[in-house]
Amino acid sequence: MIPAEVRYRRATSLEDALAALAEEDARALAGGQSLLPVMKLRVARPSLVVDIGRLDFAGLELEDGTLRIGALTTWDALARAPELSTPALAAIPECASAIGDLQVRNRGTIGGSLAHADPASDMPAVLLALGAEVELRTAAEERSLPVAELFVGPFTTALAQDELITEIRIPLPGSGSGSAYVAVEHPASGFALAGAAALVRPDGSSTVSLTGVSATPLLLGEKGDGSEAVGSVEVFGDRFAPAEYRRALAATVVRRALETARARSEEERR
Amino acid sequence: MPVELTVNGERRSLELEPRALLVHALRDGLGLTGAHVGCDTSQCGACTVLVDGRAVKSCTMLALQAEGSAVTTIEGLAPTGELHPVQHAFVEHHGLQCGFCTPGMILTAVDLLSREPDPDEQTIRHALRGNLCRCTGYQPIVASVRAAAVEAS
Repeated sequence: MIPAEVRYRRATSLEDALAALAEEDARALAGGQSLLPVMKLRVARPSLVVDIGRLDFAGLELEDGTLRIGALTTWDALARAPELSTPALAAIPECASAIGDLQVRNRGTIGGSLAHADPASDMPAVLLALGAEVELRTAAEERSLPVAELFVGPFTTALAQDELITEIRIPLPGSGSGSAYVAVEHPASGFALAGAAALVRPDGSSTVSLTGVSATPLLLGEKGDGSEAVGSVEVFGDRFAPAEYRRALAATVVRRALETARARSEEERR
Repeated sequence: MPVELTVNGERRSLELEPRALLVHALRDGLGLTGAHVGCDTSQCGACTVLVDGRAVKSCTMLALQAEGSAVTTIEGLAPTGELHPVQHAFVEHHGLQCGFCTPGMILTAVDLLSREPDPDEQTIRHALRGNLCRCTGYQPIVASVRAAAVEAS
């Protein structure tokens, strides 16, 4: 399988990439681990791919209470980053290290995955629970968007044609917080049948989110243990997991994610 | 479009359609058929090669994305004819039956060991998750990688 005919442009700068993306049916290519498979299936047939893979926005920075993750940071880098080895941020490497496989994690980027917006993607749940925002750029403007507003539907985002995700910003949870991500994966594809992320704060309050169960990842709200809220979520079913089974999985992963996040928070405060 | 790669230590120039995948550039353009096309959908890992030292599925990368990179295929692991320690371990510990998945298994293991020289069995299994063996010879494959790590230490 090879993609349909396409033109290729290697972007030399962010500005160069943004200008090239103004072309109708142009698509940005980062690590290619989501876009190339759909191009090979010819589900996506862009006229032009703009290769942004060499641009300089990968890496992590901690400053002023914010964790900034460059959009081109790979899953492998997130899985191994020493900056993330705190109980409060533990959900990020926990999630990243289980995405795809080693080869996919070596190439796949967090920004590329967010822009692809697969409803079974893992990391959106973590970003929702941590209250992340994405930084977006077009040639004309910059804006930031809460992750909850980025996802409009399955494989559909609020990004404009000529807009790129440049960075993910996460407010650092207070010390004594704990986070966790737990998923039940389809054994062949590795995609989440249901995945949950939880953040538990030092005062015991929590935020829980779900992925893989509905059209977009979603927040379950700030109160309670989240498991009641699962009952009101519109859960979809498919040949891998009927809706009722998926709902049961969702309740289970929510409970496990909360337990683990709470244990990490308590450990940290001990 | 032109693309320049360093493949197994040699500078190579190719003229390719933009849609050409790295695996096709290696197999059809350069005659390096050790990168196998198994599933063609980024599942099986038989096409795994090293790009700048990292294992990638060459069926899921445009050749143009590798411009200027150093690519290592299974043919490049033993330049002097003496087997690479991971290759040697696969021979010693029966890490292959039909051999179709073997180049990908070995190159993924090389990436793993370059970063985690002393992985436990669970770490090896996690690293090889993207490499499928249809002979289901996983046990000796994992044992081979572990043996290569022990041998190197």
